[in-house]
Amino acid sequence: MSEVKFSKEHEWISLEGDVATIGITQHATEMLGDIVFAELPEKGSNVEKDGTAGVVESTKAASDVYTPVSGEVVDINEAIVDDPAKINEDPEGTAWFFKLKMKDISELDSLMNKEEYDKFAKESSS
Amino acid sequence: MEIKKTSLNKLHQDSQAKFVEFAGYEMPIQYSKGVIEEHKFTRSHAGIFDVSHMGQLFIYGNENLTSDLEKIFPLDLKNLQQNCSKYSFLMNEEAGIYDDLIITKLEDGYLIILNAACKEKDFEILSNILSKKYQMELSNDRALVAIQGPKAVEILNETISDVEKLTFMTGDWFDYNGQKLFVTRSGYTGEDGFEISILNDLAEEFTKSLIKKGAELIGLGARDTLRLEAGLCLYGHELDLNKTPVEANLKWAISKERLSNGGFVGSDKIINQIKEGAKQIRVGIKPEGRLIAREKTKIFNETELPIGEITSGTFGPSINGPIAMGYVDKEFSKIDTKILLEVRGKKHPANICKLPFYKKSYVKGAN
Repeated sequence: MSEVKFSKEHEWISLEGDVATIGITQHATEMLGDIVFAELPEKGSNVEKDGTAGVVESTKAASDVYTPVSGEVVDINEAIVDDPAKINEDPEGTAWFFKLKMKDISELDSLMNKEEYDKFAKESSS
Repeated sequence: MEIKKTSLNKLHQDSQAKFVEFAGYEMPIQYSKGVIEEHKFTRSHAGIFDVSHMGQLFIYGNENLTSDLEKIFPLDLKNLQQNCSKYSFLMNEEAGIYDDLIITKLEDGYLIILNAACKEKDFEILSNILSKKYQMELSNDRALVAIQGPKAVEILNETISDVEKLTFMTGDWFDYNGQKLFVTRSGYTGEDGFEISILNDLAEEFTKSLIKKGAELIGLGARDTLRLEAGLCLYGHELDLNKTPVEANLKWAISKERLSNGGFVGSDKIINQIKEGAKQIRVGIKPEGRLIAREKTKIFNETELPIGEITSGTFGPSINGPIAMGYVDKEFSKIDTKILLEVRGKKHPANICKLPFYKKSYVKGAN
């Protein structure tokens, strides 16, 4: 698996072949609080870089989930729809959101690495 | 304007609170455990809520004060016993609600607990109606601490002996470290519990003593999910100047004795609405599945005609599912009526349901 990359909208993405797995970051879940609802894109649908591809809701509010790259949705994680609390438990592991067959691998270039994201997250929350 | 802080602000900070501004005050929305855990802890043990931002209005006077307050509140205050509390409203002539409140009869007057965002305006309205005949004091030197949950009585009784003798919606003065506390058995979570009015200087030490005995601080986030599960109205959401107590389905809070003769602000409208029926009424709503319908969500009937709007909606941790309250046209207010909620451009099925969503029994007295 390739290096995990991060977006300014607090999504993480990791690539295996041309299939990207996308979820929301630990930092995002800490800001949202307890997540009680998740909505995912439809399998087979196409999503565009920086477009909305889902929703998460905490007890307090709803937030859009964006996709950091374009592609076709090839898989979705139903487990987090059935039990959204899983997202708080393991956001950057088992609680991934969806998998995309990427159109253009170079879209990853504009994203942040772990170190850059940690710095960004720290600055944006202070 | 500078943000106001309650006398427990330092304790909140030390307890890793996340803060929000609420009605001009810096208040804890949650602590490190988070809303769901805090909610469940209150339902199973005892939660402590800093509600010092709420108004504590003392009005001193005798029978004349009682008669004058009956011209304002739809209550039978003459027959209210000393130390008994009632839920009521401050209304305009159209029965629109300025605020909802708890009023308690004291030996030498009344104590009225007001919403934080409304308290200054309420004070002005009440002073004008009472034309400054009575001494009125919107307390700045007292904190208000609530302890709620099944363990509340046991914990509080260890700190203030004999509070267990209070029954639901009664209060009394108690001694604590040589100072007088006013304690009522009441709250806004659907649990048994107490609200303690205490001098600012003593509030932190007092609260710490409750924490030592096993109670935990709970933020405004869980306070909201708790009150919504209990089917209780929140001012600015279910209640405002465009809603009447009849529309809000709060007729039970209007004393029957006052409905025959009226004579309180808004009485004509109330009596008329009870006779004719209100056009819209507050209901409980359960969305199907896990979908959460927030405030301002549009409500439709099965043929997709608009029939109302959600006023509060969240996830109910003890219900383990989404819950909401809102106003719908009267003909769609029956329990089990199927409705549709428009969320993010799509209409989702939901049902009108009975309130409260969550019910426990209070410790009732003879009255």
